[in-house]
Amino acid sequence: MIGSFVRSREAILLAALVALVLLVETRFAGFAAPGNLTRILNDTSILIILALGQMLVILTRCIDLSLASNLALTGMVTAMLNAAMPGLPVGLLLAIAIALGLLLGAFNGLLVWKLEIPSIVVTLGTLTIYRGVIFLVSGGAWVNSHEMSAAYKALPRTELLGLPLLGWTGVAIVAAFAVGVNRTALGRAFYAVGGNPGAAIYTGIDVGRTRFWAFVISGGLAGLCGYLWVSRYAVAYTDVAGGFELDIVAACVIGGISIAGGLGTVTGAVLGALFLGTIKNALPVAGISPFWQMAISGAAIIVAVGFNARRQPGRVILKPEATR
Amino acid sequence: MKDTGTDADPVLRLDGIRKTFPGVVALANVDLALYPGQVTALVGENGAGKSTLVKVLTGIYQPDAGTIRVDGTETRFPSAGAATAAGITAIHQETVLFDELTVAENIFLGHAPRGRFGLVDWARMREEAAAILKRIGARIDPRTPLRDLGIASKHLVAIARALSVEARVVVMDEPTASLSQTEIEELYELVERLKSEGQAILFISHKFDEIFRIADRYTVFRDGEMVDAGRIADVTEDQLVERMVGRSMDAIFPARTATPGDEVLRVEGMSHLTEFADISFTLRRGEILGFYGLVGAGRSEFMQALFGVTRPSAGTVTLDGRPLAIRSPADAIASGIVYVPEDRGRQGAITALPIFQNVTLPSLSQTSRHGFVRMAEEFRLARRYTERLDLRAAALDQEVGTLSGGNQQKVVIAKWLATKPAVIILDEPTKGIDVGSKAAVHEFMAELAAEGLSVVMVSSEIPEILGMSDRVIVMRDGRIAARYDRAGLTPEALVRAAAGYEAAA
Repeated sequence: MIGSFVRSREAILLAALVALVLLVETRFAGFAAPGNLTRILNDTSILIILALGQMLVILTRCIDLSLASNLALTGMVTAMLNAAMPGLPVGLLLAIAIALGLLLGAFNGLLVWKLEIPSIVVTLGTLTIYRGVIFLVSGGAWVNSHEMSAAYKALPRTELLGLPLLGWTGVAIVAAFAVGVNRTALGRAFYAVGGNPGAAIYTGIDVGRTRFWAFVISGGLAGLCGYLWVSRYAVAYTDVAGGFELDIVAACVIGGISIAGGLGTVTGAVLGALFLGTIKNALPVAGISPFWQMAISGAAIIVAVGFNARRQPGRVILKPEATR
Repeated sequence: MKDTGTDADPVLRLDGIRKTFPGVVALANVDLALYPGQVTALVGENGAGKSTLVKVLTGIYQPDAGTIRVDGTETRFPSAGAATAAGITAIHQETVLFDELTVAENIFLGHAPRGRFGLVDWARMREEAAAILKRIGARIDPRTPLRDLGIASKHLVAIARALSVEARVVVMDEPTASLSQTEIEELYELVERLKSEGQAILFISHKFDEIFRIADRYTVFRDGEMVDAGRIADVTEDQLVERMVGRSMDAIFPARTATPGDEVLRVEGMSHLTEFADISFTLRRGEILGFYGLVGAGRSEFMQALFGVTRPSAGTVTLDGRPLAIRSPADAIASGIVYVPEDRGRQGAITALPIFQNVTLPSLSQTSRHGFVRMAEEFRLARRYTERLDLRAAALDQEVGTLSGGNQQKVVIAKWLATKPAVIILDEPTKGIDVGSKAAVHEFMAELAAEGLSVVMVSSEIPEILGMSDRVIVMRDGRIAARYDRAGLTPEALVRAAAGYEAAA
């Protein structure tokens, strides 16, 4: 088992991550200090959670581009509810955020399942629709820190054993995924549907319904992150997390989740998110311009994909029929 | 060989062509000569090597040995383009055409007439397309988008495309398979016209009536070898059938002694709008029921409907006396009917998942407790069934994609046995696997039947049908054409029933 891990793409990614941290440490002492690493983990938690949700969708040969819009919309709704009714318990707001996220995800999933529209089209549509709805409900206005209740803002920042609850939420979701993806029938179905949809049908797995559940789960996680994001940064506005959907996809791709479906691990998605999170944390420290930051993040994606492309598992036994 | 007629020099001559694939000899020492202005019929069972030969002729496969001569000059076809340049063109069973392009574009794709500056000369392309369509008697406007045409018209476009190059040899691979009777008549006229223009035609067909109607010569393939060739005028249909199937039963099949028990499955009046009609049969415990027919006779389509992949328009299914309502494969699996599909690549194993996860995929409720899969249980289940099938693998957590074709098939069969089914449908269970694995699959099938599992076996291989089945149903054009008990069943009878040629008994 250890031998196969050393040769896996996850091990390579882990080595690259450690090398990256050490490299930055040589230039800026203290970067690799436990406190700073904890901070990076905390900062990256939302990306990790959403990358895991996206992973499920990508495993089934789909993609969810609406996650950041979903996050922004649910975040705005909880912020407005909190501003209007400060007495509502935070736990209820959290439940509303998750429920709304699930609903938005289910809408994507239904369109993919029942109308068989390609997911990239569906979620490109809902990406703008959900964003537009934020403007409709908020009228373009911001919900600022002073309008939010103290309890609303405190939850993700509360520290437990040196890690804020935001970070702990990430850890809990990773643990839940590690068990759920590997040890449940639905988890197995995600791999089967993406690995070979034809075979999945003959195995009694409903391909459309499995995809639906992937969208519902990723949507629910986006709802959860909507609350976490808005309460952490203590501000809600129409363009919250604009462009973040691409970071999520990038984290998955760096983590070795195959865009072709059926291939990828929880470890990979987490490491991919951490790698991207570390770069985003390290580059400002190094005083590198934001434009270079984007270029370097982009280069990391291409290098990662290049690595994955050369590590296709299995071998082709039957030659494709040349005449068909 | 008998063929000594030398009315003209052959346009194309193959000598000693051999083509092997790992574990399979597809063509062994094949000779073939095609003469100008003559139609040569190529006959043989499924898997006899006809399609491989077509691919060698059209430059898609390279032969391992042997020579190809065009007009007496030895040559090679390193690519499909080289074969086309030598004047060899083929009309395939299912031709690749482009729905979004016009008829003219489809005909000239890749070799469109060029005008000044190397740009496509659209006017000339349309004119030439119209001329070719007229030549083959097709009333199709070259400007029509292909998607607006029916299947038969598309076929004519495919023929026009084949003739748009300067062809001297035309290969037709079951050209009438998807045509109606009037369209077939038109095709015959076209063949006559091509003959009179001096083209050499290789005509592959399973239908004896058309072979005797249009062919001048025949060549019979069996198991990758040319077993006979000659003039059509010198043989009868019975002789041709005999040469096609007349083999020593070289494959050894397991002895089957147990007598089938009570009725398990009853299918009545199962129909589909377009694929099959009025299929009724019963299956008893421990019985192997063979389904024979030509490719496209509707056998797999029927099995898919029985398994819930597609919906039949009518009919009832009863299992152990209980009527079943099968709306999805999950329903079928839950009722105890499982299906091992023919297309292993697209429908069989999930190659990126490890062996044990493939095996347990439809049985996860068995290996789970409180909704969570127990890996130890999974390994136990997977080990039990893969050991029974003598799977050759280093470890059960090895990815299925790293296994050979035969072993992948074993994983798929193990997957279904692990669900403890009452009825297992095996669609071409030994297609494309090596001889050793074939024997293992046959032996295992006999064992399963002896243990009381009922087996429906779809097969296009006559020896397999004869060697394994207790009873045989032959399908033709979506209907049951004949039923046979094992006693008194002959290969000739099967071929006749499948091809719709009734013997002069």
